[in-house]
Amino acid sequence: MISLVEYSKDVKFSKIAHNYGKYWYKFRNNKLSLLGLGLIILFIALAALAPWISPYPSSAGLYVNFANSLKPPSLAHPFGTDELGRDVLTRVIFGFRYSFTLVGVVLGITVIPGVTLGLVAGYYVKRWFSVLIMRMADIFVAVPPLLLALAVASVMRPTLLHVMLAISLAWWPWYTRLVYSQTTTIRNEDFVRAARLMGASPIHIMFSEILPNELGSILTKISLDAGWVILIGAALSFVGLGAPPPTPDLGTMISEGSIYLPNFWWISVFPAIAVVLVILAFNLLGDGIRDMFSSSIR
Amino acid sequence: MNYAVNYVLKRLAYGIISLFGLSILVFVLARVLPGTPVDLARLALGPNASISAINTFIDELHLNAPLPLQYLYWIEGIFTGNWGISLVTKRNVLTDVIEFLPATLDLLIMTAIIILLISVPLGLVAGRMQNTFVDNVIRVITYVGIAVPSFVVAILLQLFLGYDLHLFPIIGQLSPGIAPPPHITGLYLIDGLITGDFGAWVNALWHLILPSFSLALGPIAQETRILRAAVVENQNRDFTLAETSHGLPEGLLTTRYLLKPSIIPMLTVYALDVSSVIANAFLVELIFDWPGFSRYGLNAMLSKDLNAIIAVVLVAGILFIIANTLVDFTVSRLDPRVSEEMGD
Repeated sequence: MISLVEYSKDVKFSKIAHNYGKYWYKFRNNKLSLLGLGLIILFIALAALAPWISPYPSSAGLYVNFANSLKPPSLAHPFGTDELGRDVLTRVIFGFRYSFTLVGVVLGITVIPGVTLGLVAGYYVKRWFSVLIMRMADIFVAVPPLLLALAVASVMRPTLLHVMLAISLAWWPWYTRLVYSQTTTIRNEDFVRAARLMGASPIHIMFSEILPNELGSILTKISLDAGWVILIGAALSFVGLGAPPPTPDLGTMISEGSIYLPNFWWISVFPAIAVVLVILAFNLLGDGIRDMFSSSIR
Repeated sequence: MNYAVNYVLKRLAYGIISLFGLSILVFVLARVLPGTPVDLARLALGPNASISAINTFIDELHLNAPLPLQYLYWIEGIFTGNWGISLVTKRNVLTDVIEFLPATLDLLIMTAIIILLISVPLGLVAGRMQNTFVDNVIRVITYVGIAVPSFVVAILLQLFLGYDLHLFPIIGQLSPGIAPPPHITGLYLIDGLITGDFGAWVNALWHLILPSFSLALGPIAQETRILRAAVVENQNRDFTLAETSHGLPEGLLTTRYLLKPSIIPMLTVYALDVSSVIANAFLVELIFDWPGFSRYGLNAMLSKDLNAIIAVVLVAGILFIIANTLVDFTVSRLDPRVSEEMGD
């Protein structure tokens, strides 16, 4: 996620809005990114339609069927069943719901304030509030996200909302820093000076002139971060500070299923593969977006 | 000439400001987030505390004072070593931290070494052999490395290399029956070397490999990709062409003249990753039953041991800031341009 600073150097200051066709063409060239995009669309569709397409929707909730417990993968249960007789495939599909909700909420409440703060701090560089914003960001960056999220989640009651808040708290400064460093460069470009000369308001310059040039690196970061948020969410649930049971959560499923390794491997291995695939898909997509906005195709 | 000095001073000042900010952040976590003073007292004393104990607690910590004043009392306690009593171990949490930290530092050192040992050669090879079969194999490895969570790696390694093949120990820091090396720093890797207790040293090293590798895999992938990108960029520069045309041997060119400018972007991320080991070690220490600082912190979090949670966040934050300041210095030594830009 850090190497973005490197990538962003390649981003040419061009008007993105007028070049959709060109960007799609570039994106399409990268087969791996197309695969990533396809996987993500598939997973989101699965998550959205979970109650209707999963084979045993009741397995997602409070459901016990000991007669059917610890069954290996079969046609009736492609991913097998867990210790309570719940269908693992169903719980994986519902697990995507939780993961994507987490990603949506966390990135939703971090990206917009993070980017706005970075724009303001970068545009008004060296003013007192700019310094204040960047020092604040430095402080939050000083605590590793997983640690901060764990600490907040443990001091407050572990509800889904608190988990999301905890992760968001650790996340916004990365956007602020990214946007800040680019804004301080772009603000001296000729087209920004021209806009200023024509009497454009600071708000217009920041959001309509500067921001579009940063979309490439912001979108790349969002895509790579989506994987990280899922990872941290899974880690929180793995230690029992995530969503409370019986919520079908991929991290919880891996942690609870790992007790039954290696004989009943399917309980934890399939959720683990699901987590790996989601993160991989987001990374492939992120690489594609980065290449799409960079000047040269490798 | 004064740029460098200026830069060092500036980074130090940033470090100190960050520490101050961290203290405020932790204070908010410790005193504000838990809720009212009574909530906080219950959190710190446990659910069965009596009313009088709660009142004494509130008085002792001045919880009814205004927040800025509370902060001063709190920071005074931090500096005088009065970090509060742990609910679980019933000792000063500072004592606990000092006892548990070395095991995690062992893990951190080993992880740091493994990351460098693997990612530098991989990154150099991938960059020099850009778009060949080898490069593609390394690319696939890095994708997998980034996508597989450390706790999944840990469980798999433990299961296959430890449980099935008996190549590595499954849990703990030393095999049963092996005495730890004499206590000097508390770090087995260092104590074993200093005192010449090589039996314990080798045993400790053997126990370190699986947990360290689980922690290292993600960073290895990340660093390899960054180094590869930098090598690809630098080998098309004029200085590489000049060195090649002077007949510099390929090996020397790659390991020396190409590595130095290319490793700089990697180092910043490397520092961040290594100092994050303390936070990411939570799950790995849990899985390998590692008697370290992160597992202590995790236990504290699960048992709502407020003072211990605070201590863990504070210490991890301090180590994180120190590590990053150190790397800024190193980078500025390697690349004089950095201090020239920042030192004015």
